[in-house]
Amino acid sequence: MNEQSTLAIKELLYKMADDLLILGHRNSEWTGIGPMLEEDIAFSSMAQDKIGQSLALYQILNTLGEADPDTVAFTRNAPQFHNCQLVEFPIGEYDFSLVRHFLFDNAELIRYEMLAQSSYEPLAKVARKFKGELKYHKFHGDTFLMKLGQGTAESKERMQKSLNEAWNYALGIFESVPHESTLIAEGVWQGEAALKARWIDAISPILEQAGLEIPAESTWAPVYGGLQGEHTEHLQPLLDEMSEVFRVDPTAEW
Amino acid sequence: MYGNAYIDPDAKQEQFEDDPVKLAEFEARIAAGEKIEPKDWMPTEYRKQLVRMIEQHAHSEIIGALPEGTWITRAPGFRRKLALMAKVQDEIGHAQLLYSAAETLGKSREDMINDLISGKSKYSNVFNYPAFTWGDTAVIAWLIDAGAIVNQVANSKGSYGPYCRALERICAEESFHLKYGHDNVVYLATGTKIQRQLVQEALTRWWGPIMHFFGPPDKMSVHTEKLMRWKVKMATNDDMRQQFLNMYVPKIWDLGLVLPDPNLRKNEATGLWEYSEPDWDEFKRVINGDGPLNKERLAVRKMAEERGAWVREALKRKDAQYVQPLA
Repeated sequence: MNEQSTLAIKELLYKMADDLLILGHRNSEWTGIGPMLEEDIAFSSMAQDKIGQSLALYQILNTLGEADPDTVAFTRNAPQFHNCQLVEFPIGEYDFSLVRHFLFDNAELIRYEMLAQSSYEPLAKVARKFKGELKYHKFHGDTFLMKLGQGTAESKERMQKSLNEAWNYALGIFESVPHESTLIAEGVWQGEAALKARWIDAISPILEQAGLEIPAESTWAPVYGGLQGEHTEHLQPLLDEMSEVFRVDPTAEW
Repeated sequence: MYGNAYIDPDAKQEQFEDDPVKLAEFEARIAAGEKIEPKDWMPTEYRKQLVRMIEQHAHSEIIGALPEGTWITRAPGFRRKLALMAKVQDEIGHAQLLYSAAETLGKSREDMINDLISGKSKYSNVFNYPAFTWGDTAVIAWLIDAGAIVNQVANSKGSYGPYCRALERICAEESFHLKYGHDNVVYLATGTKIQRQLVQEALTRWWGPIMHFFGPPDKMSVHTEKLMRWKVKMATNDDMRQQFLNMYVPKIWDLGLVLPDPNLRKNEATGLWEYSEPDWDEFKRVINGDGPLNKERLAVRKMAEERGAWVREALKRKDAQYVQPLA
């Protein structure tokens, strides 16, 4: 690997790992307060998978010369995070959390199916593992989206409203890392545009079946910037909370 | 995590008239070590006490998830974060298992949760105390879970089949929690000055609630005899407290931690631990609603139920019929 492709790979790994860490953290906030016990458990399982996946990606970054995963995850401030803004919003009501999970995990499954073919073997290897886990995340998201879209008038209205609110942020998932063309040329990654096209194809029929409408294409305005460290006011408080104990004594073994 | 079924000594004793022949058969089955299954005949009071006990246990699991749950988002480092998430998730899973076991006796999960929120049914008193620091979560995961195991291993040999089977699964998971909690306490107790202080302060705070955990002394407890004959209650409060002290006090002392009871010592002649009685008036006040966090715990549970009502409503199938849960 030349210097430019290593840099581009690092950018991609940071983006993906930070998305996973922050959404995993958010999903874990449902533990104890879900709409029913089974959903507490489901959101916790997905949170554990996501945080475990982020750890695996930070470990790859560590082999590329970045700091160890705990330091990377627990000591950076918001402007140093590369996640999309969608994942940092508070959990809100269950409809928002569910819609976010549906939109994000449909993209994640396709992302790691694509990366399972990556020419960068360390990434291909973890992608093959992740996609097995993500299959269940998608299954859960699709099932509940369908049930709540077709449930009561209130549930349908809530789901549509959350879909409308989340949509442009979800389009922000697909922000390309610098030098993405290098990654594409070297077969590391097929790129965010290819992923986005496949994602639209995957979610459209499910949303339709659930009786929900994707906002009109004329209103689409992807919210980018997360990749460059531009975040909402919600990320720094999340990071302050996450690192509260770690910062008590960063030299200590916990 | 659960200590011991609390029976209010001031509650009026109801008398139930059961068929004496069936009662004799029932008691003979229990004496022979048989398990009672949901569709078997059982005395009215047996059913009632079991529902009360399993329900209290289930409530303790979901309320117990709250003090530890608030630390999931603060756990230091990946290893602790992942472990704590899995642990608290297990506790919620235990509640799910236990509500199902209680449902086999004829009370729905919804009714049980409504009784929790209204304050009609109880949960383990320890969860009305706050987890102020990371040290508290470590102490809870080690010693409260250890106490719960003492109780649950005993109860898993009880007479009601669905509860015993649930407890066997629960105990297997709790033993991992205990390992996690112990490991966590060891790191703190052998760590930096700040870490040692965190765990010592937490232990001092939690010692009273831990001593309360197994319930009032036997001399203050009521109608234990019949429940023990029916194998609803498998060990007395004092027996379980002794067992716990015998297993864990030496381990706590080995770590150089101090317990806030100058009278705590093992009497080598009797083999029993001597200790200062914790404040049982406080125990009673807290169990009757006047503890540091009773109102907050129930308010959180109520908020979760209310915010999730539309989801449960939307998932109801019009053609669905009540099916007795698998147990």
